[in-house]
Amino acid sequence: MTSISEDSDKEKVRSVSVDLNNDASLIIDIPDALCERDKVKFTIHVKTTISSFQKPAFSVPRQHEDFIWLHDTIVETEEYAGLIIPPAPPKPDFEGPREKMHKLGEGESSMTKEEYAKMKQELEAEYLAVFKKTVQVHEVFLQRLSSHPIFRKDRNFQIFLEYDQDLSVRRKNAKEMFGGFFKNMVKSADEVLISGVKEVDEFFEQEKTFLLDYSSKIKDATAKAEKMTRSHKNVADDYNHISGALNHTAADNNTAFKKHLEKSAEVFEKLRKLEDRVASDQELKLTELLRYYTRDIQAAKDLLYRRARALADYENSNKALDKARLKGKDIAQAEENQKKSLQKFDKLSESGKKELTSFKARRVVAFRKNLIEMTELEIKHAKNSMSLLQGTIEILNSN
Amino acid sequence: MSGGCGRNPPPFPDNEDQEAELDTRVLDSDEDDDDEGEDIFTIARSKPITPTSAPDEGDIFSEEGSYIRSDVHHATNGLHSDDELDLFTEATVELTLTNTTSQGRREIIGPTASACNTTHVPNSILKPSIVTKTMEELEEEESGDQFELNIAVTNPEKIGDGMNAYMSYKVSTQTTLPMFLNKTFSVRRRFSDFLGLYEKISAKHSLLGFIIPPPPQKSVVGMTKVKVGKEDSSSAEFVEKRRAALERYLQRVVAHPSLLQDPDVREFLERDELPRAVNTQALSGPGFLKMINRASDAVNKMTIKMNESDNWFESKLQEVENEEQLLRRLHAAVDSLVNHRKELCSNTAVFSKSVAMLGSVEENSALSRALSQLAEVEDKMEQLHQQQAFSDFFILAELLADYVRLLGAVRCCFEQRMKVWQRLQEAQSTLQKKREAEAKLLWANKPEKLQQAKDDINEWESKVSQYERDFERVTCTVRKEVLRFEKEKARDFKQHIVKYLESLLHTQHRLVKCWEAFLPEAKAIA
Repeated sequence: MTSISEDSDKEKVRSVSVDLNNDASLIIDIPDALCERDKVKFTIHVKTTISSFQKPAFSVPRQHEDFIWLHDTIVETEEYAGLIIPPAPPKPDFEGPREKMHKLGEGESSMTKEEYAKMKQELEAEYLAVFKKTVQVHEVFLQRLSSHPIFRKDRNFQIFLEYDQDLSVRRKNAKEMFGGFFKNMVKSADEVLISGVKEVDEFFEQEKTFLLDYSSKIKDATAKAEKMTRSHKNVADDYNHISGALNHTAADNNTAFKKHLEKSAEVFEKLRKLEDRVASDQELKLTELLRYYTRDIQAAKDLLYRRARALADYENSNKALDKARLKGKDIAQAEENQKKSLQKFDKLSESGKKELTSFKARRVVAFRKNLIEMTELEIKHAKNSMSLLQGTIEILNSN
Repeated sequence: MSGGCGRNPPPFPDNEDQEAELDTRVLDSDEDDDDEGEDIFTIARSKPITPTSAPDEGDIFSEEGSYIRSDVHHATNGLHSDDELDLFTEATVELTLTNTTSQGRREIIGPTASACNTTHVPNSILKPSIVTKTMEELEEEESGDQFELNIAVTNPEKIGDGMNAYMSYKVSTQTTLPMFLNKTFSVRRRFSDFLGLYEKISAKHSLLGFIIPPPPQKSVVGMTKVKVGKEDSSSAEFVEKRRAALERYLQRVVAHPSLLQDPDVREFLERDELPRAVNTQALSGPGFLKMINRASDAVNKMTIKMNESDNWFESKLQEVENEEQLLRRLHAAVDSLVNHRKELCSNTAVFSKSVAMLGSVEENSALSRALSQLAEVEDKMEQLHQQQAFSDFFILAELLADYVRLLGAVRCCFEQRMKVWQRLQEAQSTLQKKREAEAKLLWANKPEKLQQAKDDINEWESKVSQYERDFERVTCTVRKEVLRFEKEKARDFKQHIVKYLESLLHTQHRLVKCWEAFLPEAKAIA
């Protein structure tokens, strides 16, 4: 574990799937989620000792859109400009399983009972995998907020956790208020950062270079990892088809060879399961890791952007002050502005530095954990494959 | 090969001088005495077939030599061939077959000779029970392969340049079979030579109900790339695919006991220079398929119902057709696997590079090192996937493709039998017509034409009986062939599946090693 500078007692180590519920004063998890038509309803479970909450333990149902609302309000909050805001969870994507379910429904008449049951099983497994992913990512979002000393105190966060009625009314109001103003600005953050103002601070200069470079590389790695995982799944699918075809051939066969064909069909079926596990574990540990940190890097870049804007504002206020002094008008006002913007900038710089440093640590820990877990799983699955294959070879040879 | 006269076996072909010589003696022994010929058969038939089983009139010698007649006594055969018979009563048995123009035909499998005596039984004496008996015995005996014959096709070399270029392959044989001049030898052959061999074999043997292994398929695209000199992985792959296919083809040919005896096969393996095979267009892949399809069409047009003494042929043909469909499906699934694995391979390579880039940017040095190690692991994965795709293809996909085509050849076999039956039917109806014509002439009292009519009838009677014999023979051969084929198929499949699983095992083993090497690197991140 790397040494975390400053406030180390307050700062908790955060990583993608490390338990963020280290602080017993506010524990959040998502034990349950329901999928209806288009919407996913998450059940948020809270256990707390903080007095500002009405109850020590409670649950609320929330939709994905509620999470987005919460994220947006936090982003728009001026006070948090110097913090890395945890990236919003992506929309749950059940497209894959839904398509499959459709196919299943259509093809039901043309399939045998076994085929139907098998496909149904696969469908359920796929659904479950998507489910797990989306629950995890929503959970982590809340946990990042709950374990951050400043975010956990956010009023909207409390409302999100506690408000026992539908949040959609509030969501509408929020949209009207902010109108996504800040969001649109952030889109051009990269350009500002790159072209932008002269950086005085060595630390931030380095960070800027690093984050820009890293961001594009990790985006690329994520995309390539996704492709690789998909190929794995295709191979697993093929094993499935081969198993089915072998079973058909065995059914037609009436010689002693029938047993061999059946055994082979069996082994391919098992190989498929293993290959599937390899693919989904790789996805969860590697691809998801990369995906998450792509988003987190973006959040860090946003922070830099906000600081750069503050710097620009400060410089503008300086210019305005000079102008005012020249003109001899509104000097006090200009001085006031200048002081304010300097304050703001300094505050951003200070908290920014903290945040970025802990971000580094967090990233390293997360990578370590996930790479170790992925490797261990790969080894486990490969060993299982080996014993399966060895057993089957022995059986086939002895017959 | 004509119907010949009466029940005598047709004369033996010229290129078997040695055999012909000996055979005529044997022939003579039977010529005068058809009944005794039959007696020989009866005796031979009723004895349990042992390795030293009785040969009969159809026996032909190859260069290998002697055969035995220990159990059969030709006491009743008062011909001068007694002496010759004594010559043959030796201990060792090696019954051999020559090419198929001879009527007598048997399997050779080293010392364990098997005899389908039913092939020699003149028409009507065939009884179903005997057929089954011989078949069981055949099944037992076929396992006794004492002689070795290994064939390898290696060293593809491009000869010439431009569009006239071709690939030459080295065909090496290693054998203990005495019929070959040497124990180990090799020759160089090109693809059209293989097709030429197929053509010769097919012309001789397919009409008799043998399952002829189909040759590897022609490929204009693949060959053009090679000719043009494109030195990339796809043309290397093509050459390897072809080399392996040629090897399998030859191995199947020599695994067939009758085909092994064919002098053309021997010539192919042994002779230094082969005359260029022409007319191989028709028998290349698409040509071959066309031939099968034409045959099927012809059969479909024949809405004749054959009088089958048992359902065996009908149901077997159905089985074969079903199996062909199933194997096609299986092959398609394996093909898909090969493609996806290749995709996985390239995606892994791309990912590996991406991770390496990420590692190079990472500021934490331990993580950076781990990421570049991860990139190396993924690189090794790519190689593993590549090799596995290779195994997927050559062990599994090609096996299935071969068998789909082999099943097509089996169908051809059944169709040949149908053709023979057809011919018999037609001859029988012609005979009937001739008889009617004769009757009419008698009635009309035209004595001058009567003689002609009688001659006609004689001619057609003998044709009918010849065709009957042919049909019985083909029936027996097809049955045997199918059984042999099924056994071989089961063995082949089992072997290949085991081999494939072993390749998967090997890959997983290497996988474990790669990841185990990486684990400490991941743990070292700090």
